[in-house]
Amino acid sequence: MKHIISILIENEAGALSRVAGLFSARGYNIESLTVAVTEDPSLSRMTLVTRGSEDVIAQIIKQLNKLIDVVKLIDLADSPHIERELMMVKIKTTEQTRNDLRSVVDIFRGRILDVTANSYVVEMTGSSEKLDAFTSAINSDSIIEVVRSGATGISRGEQGLHL
Amino acid sequence: MELSGAQILLQSLADEGVEYIFGYPGGAVLHIYDAIFQQEAVKHILVRHEQGATHAADGYARATGKPGVVLVTSGPGATNAVTGIATAYMDSIPMVVISGQVSSPVIGSDAFQEVDMVGITRPCVKHNFLVKDVTKLAETIKKAFYVATTGRPGPVVVDIPKDMTAPNITVPYKYPKKISLRSYNPVVHVAKEQIKAAVELLLSATKPMIYAGGGVVLGEASAELTDFTRVLGYPITNTLMGLGAYPATDKQFVGMLGMHGTYEANMAMHESDVIIAIGARFDDRVTGKLDEFCPYAKIIHIDIDPASISKTIKKIAIPIVGDVKPVLKQLLECLKENKKQPNKKALDAWWQQIDEWRAVQSLEYDRTSDLIKPQFVIEQLYQVTKGDAYVTSDVGQHQMWAAQYYPFDKPRRWINSGGLGTMGFGLPAAIGVKLAFPEADVACVTGEASIQMCIQELSTALQFKTPVKIINLNNRYMGMVRQWQEFSYQSRYSNSYMDTIPDFVKLVEAYGHVGIRIDKPEEVRPALEQAFAMKDRTVFLDIMTDRTENVYPMIEAGKGHHDMKLRVALGTSMDRELA
Repeated sequence: MKHIISILIENEAGALSRVAGLFSARGYNIESLTVAVTEDPSLSRMTLVTRGSEDVIAQIIKQLNKLIDVVKLIDLADSPHIERELMMVKIKTTEQTRNDLRSVVDIFRGRILDVTANSYVVEMTGSSEKLDAFTSAINSDSIIEVVRSGATGISRGEQGLHL
Repeated sequence: MELSGAQILLQSLADEGVEYIFGYPGGAVLHIYDAIFQQEAVKHILVRHEQGATHAADGYARATGKPGVVLVTSGPGATNAVTGIATAYMDSIPMVVISGQVSSPVIGSDAFQEVDMVGITRPCVKHNFLVKDVTKLAETIKKAFYVATTGRPGPVVVDIPKDMTAPNITVPYKYPKKISLRSYNPVVHVAKEQIKAAVELLLSATKPMIYAGGGVVLGEASAELTDFTRVLGYPITNTLMGLGAYPATDKQFVGMLGMHGTYEANMAMHESDVIIAIGARFDDRVTGKLDEFCPYAKIIHIDIDPASISKTIKKIAIPIVGDVKPVLKQLLECLKENKKQPNKKALDAWWQQIDEWRAVQSLEYDRTSDLIKPQFVIEQLYQVTKGDAYVTSDVGQHQMWAAQYYPFDKPRRWINSGGLGTMGFGLPAAIGVKLAFPEADVACVTGEASIQMCIQELSTALQFKTPVKIINLNNRYMGMVRQWQEFSYQSRYSNSYMDTIPDFVKLVEAYGHVGIRIDKPEEVRPALEQAFAMKDRTVFLDIMTDRTENVYPMIEAGKGHHDMKLRVALGTSMDRELA
């Protein structure tokens, strides 16, 4: 099952490599990893998407907690949460395909950021599954480039991940 | 008080109560060595190779319980230390390793003797630091000791660029008395319900087993473990790392378990219905094949590291995350409050069964041989040292024989590389132990292959007058490799034999020590007595043992505890087998 692990970690040089190194050393898989500083500049927040059996996920969480720089973490999959990922797609267009493509973008509530004679750049946010659905809804031969941010997430309700 | 970084480092170590630093100088640490020269509080032990420094500090730490301290230079000095750091990491030994680094402005430019020490050691340390601000140096040293010695202990590396120790830059010095890290809180409280549930399960057992490991030694909980075991009257086994945690000569002790454990320990684990694992981590050398491990048992697991619980053996009935000492105290209290008693009738039957397994005498060997049996040497070592020596070992057959035939009654007496299995550990570790306990008998049990991996430390032993006794079980083979090749590779002894073994007597004499070669069984006892009588000399006993002796019992890879290879197959006569 897919798990989204949110981590508050000391904003120190090398903190990211401690997390990435743990995953490679112990053979866990990372689907995506995003990192950015938080409102408290001494802390970074990482969102890590991984898959594994319950046993493996339990070990991942314990091993992450063991890292001295990790301050706090939660598995967002444990409770109701919101997941978002940002994607930008560069798509080949022609006179004939342009209107169809615009309506698909509208259906997915995407935005067109850049237009040239033969291309669009489309911006889209949503769950990773929604972004997958968009890319499979358009002709794969027309896709020039896809860039995805990796998922981030936040829990629903008033509880939050903070110190 | 304004001090340079180098002075701050030394003053911090002194304020931390450090007695010895084990190290080797080089370019990046010259300022630090100059500060060492100008103080007396901390004594520096100059080794002959940085690996030796880490093992010596490790031996000191294992024997005393205090953190070992190492100082090495950047680049090769740092990488040479990595094996010893990993050794300490695998066995959870508290250690602080100070490594020099090239000056901050040239970091990342492939400068002379530059290596990314923080990067290289990341997977084999509890934590590491790169010092980027000399005003934070004292605080960083305090943090390093705090992290290394609390919770599940382990090595911590502090990488210090050369400019941080420059004599012309001085800053105010104050060593923090206490420190806390918001991201690290090693104190855990155990819920009373967990303790109660554990006691209930323990008292319901008909075939109970206590399985205790190195965590009991590290947690200074031997007295509590002994009380707990005696109150219950249950059989107890120790892991390789746990030997000495419970007195091995006590009748409730059934020997070590695992790959080379006794028949009775492994069979009892296999048949047990309730196992309490105390400061042990279900290592693969203990469990054998996971699917066949303890098939009938409900397991209680006490460990200070939550990640140890359900890591290899998933079916843990009652996990208890906590420090073994207070947890054992809580268990004892709860046992006394509980009106129920252990099931006497079931326990009698269980002990009877265990005695039947004991009668197999799985550690018996041929005592009539004309060749020197390695087991005999260890038994003689035990007698000559009255069972009260500190015994370090290298890695291989000799290590297993020392573990099997020297019953340790006290913790911290058995000092070996259990997790990483590092050849070359024994001699430098023995030097560290002898520095900590100059009056004690210290023996290093080794083999002719292992000893050559750190033999240069004989020179350190002379310089710092650490008269240890080296018991070299010389079988002219890498014995454990040869044994596996005999069992699993139809005796194709690929590269497990060295054609040119040095004349160890001449070699140790060249280093300024006493060397004695022993060829006959009857010479073993007098030689040992002679060696231990020479209180102020390092003595190397080069003992020519039976070349083809194997370590038994053995659980071969991929087999369960009940599937042991014994010296004498069950149901056959010992005499016939040995003839």
